[in-house]
Amino acid sequence: MDVVLFLVFAAIAVGCALNLVLQTHPISSALSLIGVMGSLAVLYLLLGGEFLAAVQLIVYAGAIMVLFVFVIMLLNAGSEKRPSKKVLRTAVALPLLFTLAGVAAYIMATQVPRTEAVRFGGFTAGPYEVGRALFTTWLLPFEVTSILILIAILGAVVLARKEI
Amino acid sequence: MNFYLLTLLKMALTAFVLLTCCAYAVWVERKVLAHIQLRPGPYRVGPHGLLQPLADLIKLLTKEGIVPSYANPFFYLLAPWLAVTLALSAIVVIPFTPEFELFGVRTAIGLTDLNIGILFLLALSSLGVYGIAIGGWASNNKYSLMGSLRSSAQMVSYELPLAMAIASPLLLVNTLNLRQIVEQQGGFYFGFLPKWTIFAMPAPQILAFLIFLIAAFAETNRVPFDLPEAESELVAGFHTEYSSMMFASFFMAEYANIITICCVATVLFLGGWHPLWPAQYGSDFVPTVLLAAAGLILLYHAAQAARGRRWDRFTFPVFGVLLLALSPVFLVPMLKPVLIPFFWFVAKAGFLVFVFIWIRGTLPRFRYDQLMRFAWTFMFPLALANLLATGLIVALAG
Amino acid sequence: MADLTQVLAAEVPLSWYLILSVILFVIGAAGFLIRRNIITVFMCIELMLNAVNLSFIAFSHMLKNVDGHIYSFFVMVVAAAEAAVGLAIILTVFKNRATLEIDEVSSLKL
Repeated sequence: MDVVLFLVFAAIAVGCALNLVLQTHPISSALSLIGVMGSLAVLYLLLGGEFLAAVQLIVYAGAIMVLFVFVIMLLNAGSEKRPSKKVLRTAVALPLLFTLAGVAAYIMATQVPRTEAVRFGGFTAGPYEVGRALFTTWLLPFEVTSILILIAILGAVVLARKEI
Repeated sequence: MNFYLLTLLKMALTAFVLLTCCAYAVWVERKVLAHIQLRPGPYRVGPHGLLQPLADLIKLLTKEGIVPSYANPFFYLLAPWLAVTLALSAIVVIPFTPEFELFGVRTAIGLTDLNIGILFLLALSSLGVYGIAIGGWASNNKYSLMGSLRSSAQMVSYELPLAMAIASPLLLVNTLNLRQIVEQQGGFYFGFLPKWTIFAMPAPQILAFLIFLIAAFAETNRVPFDLPEAESELVAGFHTEYSSMMFASFFMAEYANIITICCVATVLFLGGWHPLWPAQYGSDFVPTVLLAAAGLILLYHAAQAARGRRWDRFTFPVFGVLLLALSPVFLVPMLKPVLIPFFWFVAKAGFLVFVFIWIRGTLPRFRYDQLMRFAWTFMFPLALANLLATGLIVALAG
Repeated sequence: MADLTQVLAAEVPLSWYLILSVILFVIGAAGFLIRRNIITVFMCIELMLNAVNLSFIAFSHMLKNVDGHIYSFFVMVVAAAEAAVGLAIILTVFKNRATLEIDEVSSLKL
């Protein structure tokens, strides 16, 4: 069952990611990204990350992507008309990227111990475990992120003013 | 195999009951609004309009579904499907009754029991905005677009106080599992005051309940926060272009959302299936007495000279006898552990649905800037203060 | 029938998750390079962050340690902050130049 679920949702994730890159209209890209996030949430569940799966849907798919969709609708962004003029950049970068992917995948396949397998229920990080780690070991970084968010709010408010 | 069979059966039953409830919520809403305005409401189809939902369904099914020529067909058709799927799937984590044993099978009414039930509900409710946002955008109509822009901003804003209001009772019950949340709320203070979270002793959550209810109105796009479909400004808002079953899907999603959020409020704040007062003071007889009283009232009216409809002379006695016959079912010892908790759950959730309709018949609509200011300058600080106070009290008391 | 039960009971090797993460990351990076709409470019960055989160959580499962989850939690927080500021910048750019093409927003002054 694990294998079937993994393959199905990995296929959905990769398909949606390709669709994100290949679609010309930003709304299609945004919805594909939501699809990627949803299938990743299922994969997190398979890896025992109950809390992270829920946060992935609530924060990523439910808040950040709503902002994206909102901005796309607000600006009424149309689809891209012409292909990029920077042909050289693309021609050099894409083969390099695929090489990187191949090398990284090779390293992952050979270096990660063969015995490591993911069994559903083998390790669970629910809200209790994550909360305990967050408010003991990681308390200072947690507080610092709240300041980061405050700065981001201020930045957004400053940028959204009329004069700039 | 038994487990899968039972689960499939329960899924089919839950879907059927939920859809029927959605259809009849429309009938109840029209009736209640009509009586608030001193009108009879739906009256012609069936006794007192009871078959009106069926007529509406047939009407919507046989209408032509139109895709506007400049609309984006894929997203236009995706949106209602998304809205109704997300709205209907939220019901799976709601526990309606405690576990019981019937004919040798141990089960409970309620589909599943997640450790992260509350987070699952929050995730679904935060995804619910896409149906409306995409539907309005894909229609390629400025009123629809305005409606969906309003709706996405409103739902994101009101999700914050909603989540904060959900978090504070969780501090009292110490779990995210909905079944355990209800189980924690059993029992009574001084023998009569129920231990629901709105009365829970170190920090009663009445304020959190009110914030939750107000935010729930905004999340389900209901009056007084129905700006996304304000007919005086935006024709019909995000579903202006929709017709036929696609329109019905949006409609169904709205009512399914109302029913779900009332169930969540019942679970979180009103003690789920626990009765209002202890069983030794006779709370087990409430459903029997209520049904019998309703049956007797119907029979009394039937005995009066026929007013209103001619058919009432026939339908009133039939329904009265039916209710009277149903009332002793709640006294059967074998069915009691199922029906009594289920009755209390449905009674509380049903009362909240009634409050939704009541508010719709009473309050005018907010202006958009008032709506946003209310969320960010009043609701959110209040919910935050309530959460902090609850946390402090729980930390000091525990 | 025996094959089917074997497939259903099989466990997923951890490397598959990591390879999936690599694939998603590379797709995101490629999109970052070939797309021209600022918003789509921004979404490709989010895709890369998601891919990294997946590998964090996979490693967390391998080490039976919750720290990987904490890292991805922080990544999400930073992504939220980034989205708020980034989208505000995009709105301002659009207000001043009436375009979302990333190649046309190359001059420092109007």
